[in-house]
Amino acid sequence: MTEGFVVAVASGKGGTGKTTVATNLAKLYAATGQPVQYLDCDVEEPNGHLFLKPTIAQRRDVTVDVPEVDLKKCTACGLCGQICQYSAIVALGDQVLTFESLCHSCTGCWRVCPSGAIRPRPLRIGELQTGHADELGFVSARLDIGHVRTPAMIHHAKEWINPEALAIVDVPPGTSCPVVAALRGVDFVLLVTEPTPFGLNDLKLAVALVREMKLPFALVINHDGIGNNETRAYCQAEGIVIAATIPDDRRIAEAYSTGAMVLDTVDVCRKPFDLLRDYVNEIRRRRGR
Amino acid sequence: MAGDVQEIVVISGKGGTGKTSITAAFAALAESAVLADCDVDAADLHLILQPNVRATHDFSGGKLARVRAEACVGCQRCIDVCRFGAVRLCDIGNDVVAKTCAIDPVACEGCGVCVYFCPVQAIDFEDAINGKWFISATRFGPLVHATLGIAEENSGKLVTLLRKEAQRVAEANNKTLIIVDGSPGIGCPVIASITSADLVLVVTEPTLSGQHDLGRVIDLAEHFGTPALVCINKWDINPEVADRIEATARERGVKVAGRIAYDPAVTKAQVAGRSIPEYDDGPLKRQIVTLWNAVRQELEKSSRPKEN
Amino acid sequence: MKIAVTAAGESMDAQVDPRFGRAACFVLVDAETMEFTALENSSAASGGAGINAAKVVIDAGAAAVLTGHCGPNAERTLRAGNVKLYTGVAGTVAEAVAQFKAGTLTAATGPNADAHAGMGN
Repeated sequence: MTEGFVVAVASGKGGTGKTTVATNLAKLYAATGQPVQYLDCDVEEPNGHLFLKPTIAQRRDVTVDVPEVDLKKCTACGLCGQICQYSAIVALGDQVLTFESLCHSCTGCWRVCPSGAIRPRPLRIGELQTGHADELGFVSARLDIGHVRTPAMIHHAKEWINPEALAIVDVPPGTSCPVVAALRGVDFVLLVTEPTPFGLNDLKLAVALVREMKLPFALVINHDGIGNNETRAYCQAEGIVIAATIPDDRRIAEAYSTGAMVLDTVDVCRKPFDLLRDYVNEIRRRRGR
Repeated sequence: MAGDVQEIVVISGKGGTGKTSITAAFAALAESAVLADCDVDAADLHLILQPNVRATHDFSGGKLARVRAEACVGCQRCIDVCRFGAVRLCDIGNDVVAKTCAIDPVACEGCGVCVYFCPVQAIDFEDAINGKWFISATRFGPLVHATLGIAEENSGKLVTLLRKEAQRVAEANNKTLIIVDGSPGIGCPVIASITSADLVLVVTEPTLSGQHDLGRVIDLAEHFGTPALVCINKWDINPEVADRIEATARERGVKVAGRIAYDPAVTKAQVAGRSIPEYDDGPLKRQIVTLWNAVRQELEKSSRPKEN
Repeated sequence: MKIAVTAAGESMDAQVDPRFGRAACFVLVDAETMEFTALENSSAASGGAGINAAKVVIDAGAAAVLTGHCGPNAERTLRAGNVKLYTGVAGTVAEAVAQFKAGTLTAATGPNADAHAGMGN
C-alpha cells in the first residue's frame, strides 16, 4: 500500500491516552517497513517527543501574516478599522494602530486599503520540528507561550503530511476550533476515551463533532475496568465500534510516567495494539488504500 | 478582583490530571463560594454538582457569513478572498447560475471579508449563537457554567463572560470566593481564565508529560503575572518524577501546595456523582483537606495590586 | 472640556467602575457646565474590549478618562487619540470629577493593569 492514509487520534476529555495510542501505534506500523509519520498537533502541550525521542533534523519558525502600516501612504479613510472584526487594526484619524495578538490574518485590511498603505508581515507564533525516530517520520509543532493562534499552528503542521505515508495525527483534547483544525480532511478518527462519567460526557461531545464533520470513526477504550458500564451501553445504543480496549493497569501508568513506550515495556498492551493495527489495516483495505 | 471577592483558578497544562475532581472537592469544603466551570469545551463539573438551572442565556462570540443563494451570481469572489477555506460552490442554483457559493459554518471565522467584497451584496453577516450559558443553584452554592456549540471557536470570550458573571453573582450574594474549573492547554481559554485571578492552582501528575506541560503553564502564569501553586496528583505513580517536579517548581519560585496519592476512590466518587469529601473519609479526603488549607492560606496572603 | 468616567451606572452618583475596557458604562461630563450623558459600553463582552472602549470615548470627544485601572491595549489607543488617562480613581462619578477639577488626580504614565486584567472582574 503506497497510497497515503491519515488517521487522527482524538478525545473529548484530556488525559485519556491519545498520545499513548498515537505514538505506540505509529511505532508499531513503522516497524513493518511502510512509510509512517507521527504528527504532534497538540501544539499547546506537545508530548509525543517525550516517548518517541526523535532526532530532529530541522526547526523552522511558524509565522502568520499581520498588518504593517506605512503611515506615509495612509489617507486616513478608516476603512481598515471598519472591516476588522477583531480590533486588530484601529484607525484614529491620521493614526493607525495594530494589535498583532488579536489579528486573525483574514487579509481584510490590506485588501480594503485604497492607497496600498498596508502590507502583510510575518509574525512568529511558534516552531515546527521535523525529524525521525528510527524509521518513523516525526513532525511536531509547538506554540510560543502567550500566542493564541493554535489553529494556524495546526494547519502548518498538517502541511507536512506525507501524501504517501500512513500519517498518525495526535490531536489536542476537546471539541472546539483546535480540534476542528486537526481533524479537517483526515481519513479516519480514533476516539480515545475512559469508561467514567467525565469520559462519557466528553465522548458524546467528540462523537457529535466527528459526525458534524462527517468523519468515520471508531473508539479505543483506555483504562478499561475503572468507572462504570455506561460507556459500553452508549456505544451499543449508538452502534459505535470499539476497535480496541486497553486495561487499567498501574504498570502502564508507571511506564508512561517515565516516557517509556508501553508496547515495549508492558505485556498487556500487546494484544490491544495488535487489534488496533489490524482494525486500521482493515479500514484501509476497504478503502483500497 | 473588585471588592472583597477572591478568585482561585484550577488549571493543569496537561489534560486528565484531576482539575475537575479537585475543584468539586474545593466546592464541598469552601464555605462561601461561587463556582464557575470555565472548561467550556468539555465541561464536567456539573456531573458532580448536579445544578438546578435558574437562568439560561444565548452566547454570541462573533459573526457568521451566509450566502443568500437566490442573490448569488456565481462570480466566486468570496472563494478567492476567504483565507479559511470556508466557501465552496454548491449545487443550489438560481435563475442566473446553476451553482452558487455556500459557506461552511464550521469553517467560517466571521471575518467579514467575503461580505465586504461580494459585488452584489449577496452575503448576510449575522451574530452567531455559539453556545449557551447558565446560572444555576447547587448544594455548594451558585454555579456559573456554559456549553459551547460543537466545533465552535473557543476564543476565551465565553470564559471571560462566565468569570464576569461569577463576580456579579458573588457580590450579589455576599460570597467571598470564586472557584474556577479551568481547561487544559495554554491558549485563549486558559489565558482568559487566569488573568487577574488572585491565585492559580496547577494540578499536575508525576509523569514526563505532566512535568513538561507544567513548565509551559508556569511560563504562562508568569507571562500574565498570576501567582501560582502546584499540586501533584497521583504522586506515588512515580515518586522520583514527583520529587523532580517539586524541585523544579521550587527553583521557579512556585510552591507545591500539596500531594495526593493515587486512590481509586477518586473515580468511585465521580461514578457516584459525589465530591471526594462527600464520598471518602480516609487518607484521600485528608490529603484534599490539607491541600485546601494550604490554598486558603496562600489566598489570605496574596492579593493582586489593584490600583497604581 | 469633556471627561469620560467609567461608571457602574448611568448617573453622577454611580460608583466609578474600576475597569476601563469592561466598564459597565461611561459617564461623559462637561467639566464646565457639569452636564452629563451616559455612553453604553457595548464592547464589554467581546474581545478587543479595551480598544473598543477607547474608541467610544475618543469618538465622543473626551479629552480625559478617569478610571480605576486600564490595560495596555486601551492605554495605547487612548494615547494615540490624545486622551489623558487618570487611573486609581475611586468614589462616585461626581466625586471623581471634583477631584479632577481640583487637580488632585495624577495622570497615568502607562497602563496599570495587565492585559486582559478586567476579564475577571
